[in-house]
Amino acid sequence: MANKHVITLIVNGKDYTLSVEARRTLADALRDDCGLTGTHLGCEHGVCGACTVLVDDKPVRSCLMFAVQAEGCSVRTVEGLAKGDALHLLQKAFWENHGLQCGFCTPGFLMLAAGALEADPDLSEEEIRDILSSNLCRCTGYQNIIKSVCLAANEMRACPPSADR
Amino acid sequence: MKPASFDYIRPGSRAEILAALAAHGDDGKILAGGQSLVAAMNFRLARPEVLIDINGTKDLDYLQPSGDSLAIGALTRHAAFHKPVVDGPLGPLLAKVVRNIAHYPIRQRGTFTGSLAHADPASEWCLVATTLDAEMLIVNAEGERRCRAGDFFKGTFTTAVGAQDLLAEVRLPLLDDGWRSGFYEFSRRAGDFALAMSLAALKLENGRITEARLGVGGVADRAIRLHALENELAGKAPSRELFEDVAASAKAAIKPSEDIHASADYRRDLIRTVVLRALTEAAA
Ligand SMILES: Cc1cc2nc3c(=O)[nH]c(=O)nc-3n(C[C@H](O)[C@H](O)[C@H](O)COP(=O)(O)OP(=O)(O)OC[C@H]3O[C@@H](n4cnc5c(N)ncnc54)[C@H](O)[C@@H]3O)c2cc1C
Ligand code: FES
Ligand code: FES
Repeated sequence: MANKHVITLIVNGKDYTLSVEARRTLADALRDDCGLTGTHLGCEHGVCGACTVLVDDKPVRSCLMFAVQAEGCSVRTVEGLAKGDALHLLQKAFWENHGLQCGFCTPGFLMLAAGALEADPDLSEEEIRDILSSNLCRCTGYQNIIKSVCLAANEMRACPPSADR
Repeated sequence: MKPASFDYIRPGSRAEILAALAAHGDDGKILAGGQSLVAAMNFRLARPEVLIDINGTKDLDYLQPSGDSLAIGALTRHAAFHKPVVDGPLGPLLAKVVRNIAHYPIRQRGTFTGSLAHADPASEWCLVATTLDAEMLIVNAEGERRCRAGDFFKGTFTTAVGAQDLLAEVRLPLLDDGWRSGFYEFSRRAGDFALAMSLAALKLENGRITEARLGVGGVADRAIRLHALENELAGKAPSRELFEDVAASAKAAIKPSEDIHASADYRRDLIRTVVLRALTEAAA
């Protein structure tokens, strides 16, 4: 038991070669082995969404996936959203519209919204609300999160982010 | 919490999965979408010795009409059903139901067959499979067998799938254009498991119901198909009165389960409401 697996994760376009036990979740591998602590852990059973990251461009719960399963996949975390000092349109909208208070849930909401809007840039407000119901926030009361994502969605439609990731 | 240690294998084909299941016996466990199993492992409610990850198996990743049914391979994710997957009424029915399963990110990984193998009493896909009388293909190293939904579900988290079996495929009957469907679920919050839900499908010809399918889920140890009430609907013209009668009979026919979320009495009221709403939507 407790055999280690040597795996390579491609996180935000960069290769990380890690030696992990199979039981290492993707969330823990990102935080503890890659040092990318932007991905947060709340409940560790799929309910809160704080750990949401993109795996092959799809938003998933990184607490419900093992790191060994992400071998060879493209993983994107909140650290990959900004381009240098230029915030992603979603981050800018959260900043400007008070879409966060303590910020614990924010990385999860950002990655959820980024993945959903990349898959379907034309989501209606109703669809956005439904998708945002996936994650929990204990501070904001959600209204400013919804507002931020809807405003960012408009801007992303007006000037789609270049596909350079 | 963190899961206990386990050995991890990732077979590349169906044959390799079956060999691994045979080799590891009761110690081996299939990992599909992981959206139920990994949560249980994180709480150490499940401590499998060996995980057999089927996510690398391309020959289980299909979803296509085959004869008079829709064949759903073991790697078909919930999210595949977000848009109608086949012509005719079945595609929109599945697209309507899937919105009630957990949340968007969970639907990207969780699988249709995984839901059936897991057999949560409040699983939407288990209700669909039971109401539409799905056919399951169960395989192991020795051979394969087919089984209907009525014989497949044995109770909470218990099915005809044994420790060395793979639920390889599920077939849902395609519905021709005469069919219409309604689905209604009541849960506490968006994405939560249902406290009660109902699926109704009615085949209408010249203003009359010629055939009906009616099921209720989330209220007992497995989804329930209401054969007697289907017969009561057949031959009649859809009306508010008829649907009220059938909903009242459904309430009387089922002895609901009780838990911290809902008493049996409350669930009985919910049964009436969800059945009435599902039928009304089907006939609308
Ligand atoms: C927050 C949250 C909310 C949820 N809400 C809902 C909900 O409202 N409705 C709902 O239906 N589900 C819900 N789920 C569960 C989700 O739908 C799961 O995806 C599903 O129950 C199991 O499918 P899976 O592919 O993830 O299976 P896994 O978690 O990988 O496996 C579950 C079990 O089935 C076995 N298994 C899986 N596939 C096979 C196979 N092909 N052959 C034999 N055995 C197999 C596994 O060994 C394991 O015992 C929720 C999950 C979470 C985390
Ligand atoms: S930590 Fe993954 S969903 Fe809560
Ligand atoms: S901002 Fe504090 S939990 Fe969302």
